[in-house]
Amino acid sequence: MRFFSILRGQRKGAKMNRLRAFIKKEFYHIIRDWRTLIILIGMPMAQIILFGFAITNEVNEAKIGILDKAKDEESRNIINKIDASSYLDITEYLSTDEEIEKVFKKGNVKEIIVFPADFGRDLWANNQADIQVVSDATDPNTADLIFNYTRAIILNHLNEMNANIESPFQIEINQQMLYNPALKGVYLFVPGLITVILMLISAMMTSISITKEKELGTMEVLLATPMAPVQVVLAKVIPYLLLAFIDAVLVLLLGYFVFDVPIRGSLVLLLFETLVFIVTALSLGVFISTRTSSQQVALMISLMLLMLPTILLSGFIFPIENMPNPLQIISNIVPARWFVIILKGIMLKGLGIAAIWEETLILIGFIVFFIALSVKNYKIRLT
Amino acid sequence: METVVKVKALHKTFGEVKALADINFEVPGGELFGLIGPDGAGKTTLIRILTSLMLAEQGTAEVLGLDAVKDYKQLRKRIGYMPGKFSLYEDLSVEENLELFAAIFGTTIKENYHLIQDIYDQIAPFKKRRAGKLSGGMKQKLALSCAMIHAPEIIFLDEPTTGVDPVSRKEFWQMLDRLKKEGITILVSTPYMDEAGLCDRVALIQNGRMLKIETPEQIEKDYEFPIWSVNTNRKRHIINDIRKFPHCRSAFMFGSEAHYTDLRNLDFPDGLYEHLTELGHEEIDIKTIRPGIEDCFMALMQQKETTHA
Repeated sequence: MRFFSILRGQRKGAKMNRLRAFIKKEFYHIIRDWRTLIILIGMPMAQIILFGFAITNEVNEAKIGILDKAKDEESRNIINKIDASSYLDITEYLSTDEEIEKVFKKGNVKEIIVFPADFGRDLWANNQADIQVVSDATDPNTADLIFNYTRAIILNHLNEMNANIESPFQIEINQQMLYNPALKGVYLFVPGLITVILMLISAMMTSISITKEKELGTMEVLLATPMAPVQVVLAKVIPYLLLAFIDAVLVLLLGYFVFDVPIRGSLVLLLFETLVFIVTALSLGVFISTRTSSQQVALMISLMLLMLPTILLSGFIFPIENMPNPLQIISNIVPARWFVIILKGIMLKGLGIAAIWEETLILIGFIVFFIALSVKNYKIRLT
Repeated sequence: METVVKVKALHKTFGEVKALADINFEVPGGELFGLIGPDGAGKTTLIRILTSLMLAEQGTAEVLGLDAVKDYKQLRKRIGYMPGKFSLYEDLSVEENLELFAAIFGTTIKENYHLIQDIYDQIAPFKKRRAGKLSGGMKQKLALSCAMIHAPEIIFLDEPTTGVDPVSRKEFWQMLDRLKKEGITILVSTPYMDEAGLCDRVALIQNGRMLKIETPEQIEKDYEFPIWSVNTNRKRHIINDIRKFPHCRSAFMFGSEAHYTDLRNLDFPDGLYEHLTELGHEEIDIKTIRPGIEDCFMALMQQKETTHA
């Protein structure tokens, strides 16, 4: 028995040694290709500084909530007007202030209109009343647009009321921004940028790095050795995992110190979710490499299939609610979409794991799916 | 000696192209076995099937008693393989490449240094140099070192001397000879027929078929026709003009001279001299020569083509 355990120990040692040597080799590749390394480290920084505020949005059927404490004729008139608008869609009716936070955390409702208890009375008694509008400003552009639509509808209603009256009514609209009171685009941009960069480095670089072995013929030599496919892939993935993680931390630091982007939730949770997303992207990269045999093709597929959807369909620039239906459906299979929700939730809303466990599970589902596909497609021989 | 390579009725096609057709051969342990044939003959495909990197459509290949399909995991531990294209990491140094392959096979450079010493000593002065910056000859020496570092029982070398200068080629074959003396079985492919004489036995391959498997000496002995070398002052026209001679069986250029065989069974090709003079050749020199392995190969190729046609 002892003899066998020693033998097994040795075998394990040799395996570890093999993996370690191979990881070392991967680091040599990365470090010696210093131009690429500079791009990988420098690009995120340049992007966060350069990219910007030239983001426009359109709002269609934005979901809003109503907290009508007055429940009188005047408030109901306005609510009817809002409901009739094609821009706004009332999905929630609240009854207390406490519910505002809860509704927002569910994530669908972008704005809540609050009528104070004596809205109608104030209006008739003083010719003046207040309406409070609370916005979810995690996406500042959308929040601003929805607020402007809301104001336009209310003012329009006011004009109709005032048409035949000598002493005009006035309604004061107070907007309150939740989560991102300064409406900073960079707040939204940092989570988006982290997502894009992690996708780029993890998926593209691993897929290129594996196809490079095929293209240069080194894969042929590796195949003729006892190096197991799993080991090759693992050794490829680990350095990029580290590199991607460093990049994520750099962007977070830059966002925190230069642009005052808050991290309201748990930092540990944030880093954990980042790791989950990196592994998702890595498994996607490995999968791409099993289906391609040249670096060029791997690069094109990564760009077309990963970069564009990550930028366009993740909800980081264009709100998913405003997309045409087919695109909304497609966005479900873009892993970045779920990660953007997680990041925004943790960084801007301070949510805990209880609020984002579904998104996390979806990402883990992607990992399992891509790894299973990769294993199925991995070739133990030349084609 | 036991048989270490056993190939039976192997077939392989790529789409429409028949890469290998009914290949049968055996290699006993310790032999230096050469696969000789022109580009596209099927040498690389055969080696890849033997090294478990490719699957044949029909037939079986056994190496070291292991099935190349079923037992590929065991097989890959015990063989050495050097592909035709230089396939080491060009951005790693000579030493780093060797260390990597030692680690992959779970051994160390020190453990098997005696095997590669002769080869590695020649590139050791450049061990800090990146593999991509080595000359062709040194690259091949490094590749051989990497293929040998785990002391394989058999090594497969796919055209190791293609694109290598003549001096390095010669050195490379000397190294193979030393490895053979260590008892390692070597299966090497080459398009250079002059290297055939350095093997224990050679298999001549063309269009996926094995024309002959013999010792180089026997192949030369088996050559049945008298053969002459022909040299004139109009070297560029020799081959075409000889082929116009009605009794010409075959004529091929070898370097600057033509090798000629006659359809008639004669001691001398009567009339060839006059034929060439008529076509304007001068300084005509016709000599009886001993057939080389290349002559035999050319003859076999031609035979095969005519029987196929």
